[in-house]
Amino acid sequence: MVKKKQEKVIKINEMHKWFGTFHVLKNINLEVSQGERIVICGPSGSGKSTLIRCINRLEAHQKGDIFVNGIELSGDLKNLEAIRSDVGMVFQSFNLFPHLTVLENCTLAPIWVRKMPKKDADTLAMEYLTRVKIPEQAEKFPGQLSGGQQQRVAIARALCMKPQIMLFDEPTSALDPEMIKEVLDTMIELANTGMTMLVVTHEMGFANKVADRVIFMDEGEIIEQNTPKLFFTKPKNKRTKLFLSQILNH
Amino acid sequence: MNVKTKEYLPGQHPDLPPPPGTFGIIGWLKSNLFSSISNSILTILSVYLMYLLIDGAINWFILDAVYDANDKPSCRKLGDGACWAVITRRVDQFIYGFYPHAERWRVDITFLMLFLAAAPLLYPEIIFRKYLLWFSGLYPFLAFILIKGGFFELELIDTNLFGGAMLTLIIGVTSIACSLPLGIILALGRQSNLKLVKILSVCFIEFMRGVPLITLLFVASTMLNYFLPPGTNFNLLVRVIIMMTFFSAAYIAEVIRGGIQAIPKGQYEAADAIGLTYWQTTRFITLPQALKISIPGIVNTFIGLYKDTTLVVIIGLLDPLGIGRAALADTKWNGLSTETYLFVALIFFISCFAMSRYSLWLEKKLSTDHK
Repeated sequence: MVKKKQEKVIKINEMHKWFGTFHVLKNINLEVSQGERIVICGPSGSGKSTLIRCINRLEAHQKGDIFVNGIELSGDLKNLEAIRSDVGMVFQSFNLFPHLTVLENCTLAPIWVRKMPKKDADTLAMEYLTRVKIPEQAEKFPGQLSGGQQQRVAIARALCMKPQIMLFDEPTSALDPEMIKEVLDTMIELANTGMTMLVVTHEMGFANKVADRVIFMDEGEIIEQNTPKLFFTKPKNKRTKLFLSQILNH
Repeated sequence: MNVKTKEYLPGQHPDLPPPPGTFGIIGWLKSNLFSSISNSILTILSVYLMYLLIDGAINWFILDAVYDANDKPSCRKLGDGACWAVITRRVDQFIYGFYPHAERWRVDITFLMLFLAAAPLLYPEIIFRKYLLWFSGLYPFLAFILIKGGFFELELIDTNLFGGAMLTLIIGVTSIACSLPLGIILALGRQSNLKLVKILSVCFIEFMRGVPLITLLFVASTMLNYFLPPGTNFNLLVRVIIMMTFFSAAYIAEVIRGGIQAIPKGQYEAADAIGLTYWQTTRFITLPQALKISIPGIVNTFIGLYKDTTLVVIIGLLDPLGIGRAALADTKWNGLSTETYLFVALIFFISCFAMSRYSLWLEKKLSTDHK
């Protein structure tokens, strides 16, 4: 698949979402180019997780449109699984399958969704487990690993589907400080391969180093977006300034 | 206590063994049996009580017992203990009921084959599992042909002649084997987004759980014919098995539903996110985890079902309890109810204890936690 560098892989137009009667996402407009790395930050409850969960339709939006790889996400989508398998997701609480070994966690979807022979899937999984630096844990169960190791397995599991887009939903929030670095290092390496990434995180160091664009959300709206340099040095909006002062000055 | 411990520089402290008497056998005895003076007295008292009980039991059950006699009075003359003659004289009835003597080899073979058929299902590490599973699939038909007969020169045996432990096994094993898949389907149905499927599952489960098993058995023995098209008249034993299966499937469904609901939402999100379909998620994520959580409840239901098979006595089938009651009705053995009921209890205990142990083993085997 040859794609132009500037091709938009995600397009969100005037999208709204409600939880019951609560208006959680308001008029979201967002375009993401192939290979772009976006960090989304904002106070808790600002809708940032919900936004990226709408991109693989773990949450359904009620108004506006979302296009992923040119296909519109809507209720009558026949091949939702196909779209989901092109969009990898990493969760705050890892969500590994506890009854399967690390290797089985990684090969399940390649075998059953991609219809890959088991042998090839094993090779592929070992390749990605090596890339996240835990090939020696392949036969263990998730419960026997540390949090950081589990999150790296979760990244490898998502990568085994060879997704074009990776979504990270606060990947380091459930980790001890020592383990945050190993997961961030893995994500930085992934970013260097040219993967399109949307990362919800409070790790501003990561944003500064890796992101092409930082998006600030509050109360369901995108308040401000900019390159990390300008975002951190010259925030325009009052709320952005307040947020940055709260998370940076302590 | 001012015991001076040796001082080490920070970061230099070696791993030391625990103080003597806090680990190993002595540590265990100290903390579990003799942790204080009153506990020590209780321990000694308990040991003495256990000695009295076991001593008496061994005498009654084994040493002073009579194993063969013509009737109860002659039994009592021969010894003070249990009169097992009431059992030994009828042991074949306790096992086969009134199945014809000459054909009992068929029951024996079927029973032995049961182990071979169950092995690959209960013990996945077994060698040649793939081939044995084929045998497991064929087994119900083989068992039917062998026990009921009517094929290949095998004499057709009326199910009225079935009885004893054999009858318990037939009803118990068939109902258990059928109610697990049915229970899984009902549990998934109850959790389904398809409203009609959900309503049907809920109605079935609530009806089956809401009535006593005994009424279902009466329905099976008398009323089912009214509901079925005229002319269909199928066997009482089959009807009993169907009712038993439905009854326990309803319970199994609720146990498994509990297991399904215990699975964190994140598991489904992760399965969705990697693109698994509903059925793939059910097969690889939901059921393996839900069934694992539900093992104690499922086995509990199975043990209950197995023991409830004794209720078939009421509609005239002679399971071990029925045979035992028939033996007690015999004037020769009148009054030996202790021995008879203990033996019937033993027949059931063996199977139920085996199920219980198996479930513990399975739980341990499937445990993937960090321990």
